[in-house]
Amino acid sequence: MNDAESIVELIPRLRRYARALTGDHAAADDLVQDTLERAWAKLHLYRRGTDLRAWLFTVMHNVYVNQLRAARPVAQLDEDMPELSQPGRESDGLELRDLDLAIRRLPPDQREVLLLVVLEDMSYDEAAGTLGIPIGTVMSRLARAREKLRAMLSGLPPGGSQLKIVK
Amino acid sequence: MDNAPQEDLELKALSQALHQLYDPVLDEPLPERLRARRQRWRAPAIAAGWVILGLCAGTIAGWQLHGSRPAIPAQAEVPGFVKRAAVAHATYSPEVRHPVEVGADQEQHLVAWLSKRLGATVRAPKLETMGYALVGGRLLPGDNGPVAHFMYQTAQGRRITLYVRTTAAENRETAFRFAAEGNVKVFYWIDRKLGYALSSADLRREDLLAVADAVYRQLNP
Repeated sequence: MNDAESIVELIPRLRRYARALTGDHAAADDLVQDTLERAWAKLHLYRRGTDLRAWLFTVMHNVYVNQLRAARPVAQLDEDMPELSQPGRESDGLELRDLDLAIRRLPPDQREVLLLVVLEDMSYDEAAGTLGIPIGTVMSRLARAREKLRAMLSGLPPGGSQLKIVK
Repeated sequence: MDNAPQEDLELKALSQALHQLYDPVLDEPLPERLRARRQRWRAPAIAAGWVILGLCAGTIAGWQLHGSRPAIPAQAEVPGFVKRAAVAHATYSPEVRHPVEVGADQEQHLVAWLSKRLGATVRAPKLETMGYALVGGRLLPGDNGPVAHFMYQTAQGRRITLYVRTTAAENRETAFRFAAEGNVKVFYWIDRKLGYALSSADLRREDLLAVADAVYRQLNP
């Protein structure tokens, strides 16, 4: 399989990550499209033998950061978010919809780390390489992201609860 | 780190939840804009991209035509749509799993769909007598609206592609002209409302011309 075919194979993975990152169908596909265009144009910079997926995610990260810079401040987005359902009212644990909303309330840099490590199953090392940050930063952002999720989803103080999944 | 087992458990639960939430995206059909590569065909991108196309306008030689069209001295400038046709050929003809959007088994639908999108009657010529069977086709973005792209292949899997685009308010006919973009050879011509480019990476020029002639005769019986 050549690089071009490998990229095509990875498009669904890029879409999944973009959807989780942006929380929006159209915005996610815009991000993927911009990423692909940039990737095709920059493919000569990709070094064969290295991880193509990590390279594509790096391209997407750069496009995403540029989009954030161009967009209005992220803090304003938070105000538009619907309220999470009342925590603790139902004892059967985590609602997936709430998790989706909670993830979108994370700061983008923490959300990226969380999704790369937990959804994309990257090692700390791979995530650090993809985002161009030190491993220590990956770990601290991940810890902060998880702490915030815990707080948002449980209504309990950070560190005090455990996620449960509704099947 | 003293509560590592609990952390592991929690991460696993979070991971499961994230997969439940977002894995369905993996199975969604890709929208056209993500399938059509290089939607904005920027010249520098093409020059630097993975399809390395040396622009070989210099290889266009005066071509004595033996087919049904008058010979016209080759022009020095290769039209943009011919370059696009060559890039499209280089992009899609090696494709194993998704060489076309709509397969030849739905030829009627394919032709009706492409005609509708182009706003002109498009036909897929039958080239079996030349040894080429229709694989199918796809819609591509072009500089003058949507473009129809048909793919044919021999029993050995050698492929040629026919790129059909509408021309901007032109109502003229040209002779066959030849261009080479990298290793892709192209015969192209304009026939009233439509511009055609027939591309191959491995046919000899005279053989490609014979197919171009067959295409032209079929479309103008």
